[in-house]
Amino acid sequence: MPTTANAFADVTASDSTLRRFLHGLPGVDPVGLEARAASLGTRSIKTTAKAYAIDLAISMIDLTTLEGADTPGKVRALAAKAVNPDPTDRTTPRTAAVCVYPDMVATAKAGLAGTDVKVASVATAFPAGRAALDVKLADVRDAVAAGADEIDMVIDRGAFLAGHYLKVHEEITAVKEASGAARLKVIFETGELSTYDNIRRASWLGMLGGADFIKTSTGKVAVNATPANTLLMLEAVRDFRAQTGIQIGVKPAGGIRSTKDAIKFLVLVNETAGADWLDNHWFRFGASSLLNDLLMQRQKLATGRYSGPDYVTVD
Amino acid sequence: MSESSRLSVLKTYKLYVGGKFPRSESGRVYEVTDHKGTWLANVPLSSRKDARDAVVAARKAFGGWSGATAYNRGQVLYRVAEMLEGRRNQFAHEVAHAEGLSKSAAAAQVEAAVDRWVWYAGWTDKIGQVVGGGNPVAGPFFNLSTPEPTGVVAIVAPQESSFLGLVSVIAPVIATGNTAVVIASERSPLPALALGEVLATSDLPGGVVNVLSGKAAELGAPLAAHQDVNALDLTGAGPELAKELEIAAADNLKRVLRPGPADADFTADPGTHRLTAFLETKTVWHPTGSLGASGTAY
Repeated sequence: MPTTANAFADVTASDSTLRRFLHGLPGVDPVGLEARAASLGTRSIKTTAKAYAIDLAISMIDLTTLEGADTPGKVRALAAKAVNPDPTDRTTPRTAAVCVYPDMVATAKAGLAGTDVKVASVATAFPAGRAALDVKLADVRDAVAAGADEIDMVIDRGAFLAGHYLKVHEEITAVKEASGAARLKVIFETGELSTYDNIRRASWLGMLGGADFIKTSTGKVAVNATPANTLLMLEAVRDFRAQTGIQIGVKPAGGIRSTKDAIKFLVLVNETAGADWLDNHWFRFGASSLLNDLLMQRQKLATGRYSGPDYVTVD
Repeated sequence: MSESSRLSVLKTYKLYVGGKFPRSESGRVYEVTDHKGTWLANVPLSSRKDARDAVVAARKAFGGWSGATAYNRGQVLYRVAEMLEGRRNQFAHEVAHAEGLSKSAAAAQVEAAVDRWVWYAGWTDKIGQVVGGGNPVAGPFFNLSTPEPTGVVAIVAPQESSFLGLVSVIAPVIATGNTAVVIASERSPLPALALGEVLATSDLPGGVVNVLSGKAAELGAPLAAHQDVNALDLTGAGPELAKELEIAAADNLKRVLRPGPADADFTADPGTHRLTAFLETKTVWHPTGSLGASGTAY
């Protein structure tokens, strides 16, 4: 299997070659993209297929709390929920990971000890990413030292929008190095990139930099994950694997709150990237309230009765 | 242009859910006829998913409505009466068609319904004194009981009395701060759907009352089993359906109001039994501040 460095060594050689490559990517047809995403959202998924999709979606959740008001108690409660989402039904799958700020990694790690649920930590001056590289790298090392299995970094959108692609690329490679064995998720904050062309360029930039996952957004801005921008990123990972043989994961985050939405995203994954990505090693949902809706739908399928918010945890 | 050559504008009757007027999610409709069998309108034939959406809307509205002051709720209910007053003719027309009443009898029903809103508007800030209050206890404590709304109430509206009966079951439920999902009379749903238009213009927050048209059996079952519905008013359900729904409602211990002899005549004095049917009593203990045996208030 060729490595990224071999396949695209010439592309990342200088700012101008990188620019030429990224601007040489085919332009995105926004109307076509949105129409495609919308048409895939009309699939009707019912009964056993729905039950499968709900369990798969639960197993793909990065259960997230990224608030200034996070306390160790809240993180412990979240960890307990990740391990055992529905205490009344032990057949409910665990979530993929718990996603917290770096200072909460140790708490989350302790809460998840002995389980296969991962700890993901945001880092690199999340969510704005406005700090010196040294500070960002220290942030990453801190999280890794505390035991994070996965690092969610944000790119420097200011540099990206100003056209300093090599700077962004170098930052991603530096963070990748600092992450060590931890899997690296690169957040583009698609809501701040303005155009679909930019999202496609950012996707390739992230993948060239050595991302293990590309992630839509922080959940902290007005526009977060949408079916269209996730579809675009799924196309990018599909094309990247076709060219390099390297498979990269995708994580839409923010704004996915209902089971219906989550299932629409799973349809996008299956129809765009393929069934290889229908696994929590390759696809994740960054979400918090989504889990409760999935659990309520799961209870409805199991009992035939509509459930209510009194039957899931408050968080 | 002569009167007869004018093409009348047909009205599309729609549901009233969450303060909006959606069609049924299922896209289905059914024909509504007057008592003689003449076609009146097509109305939405709601599905269980419409019922589910209505419960979500009612739950969302519950916090604000139950938290509003009793005085404010009274004003809103009185406002409904004000709005209805100006549309008496329309409703009298619809009730006459639906129930086969004479013009004057239908008008009397509508006027009674307007008066019923006023009656319950007056009760909002008085029911607390009637069913709550201070309880004498053997210790230096104030012991106070206050009534609180039960929550989201699913109502099977009376089948025969399509308007006065309908108002008589909705108004007491919302007067005390509950929110409601109402299944309109299956045969005569037009007055209920038109009432939605009145409620929408009466300062009543969206979602406090949600009106569905369709089959009581089809909509009643998911509502009775719904874990997020707190109470069930079976006034308009026949004995068999009422039994079936009551069994389904037992699972999460819903309050259930069974159909009773008082439901036969809605023109009679309504009393307070419908107000108290959907109230829970909260009792709090508080030290009086006077010295107990230990020499302190505690």
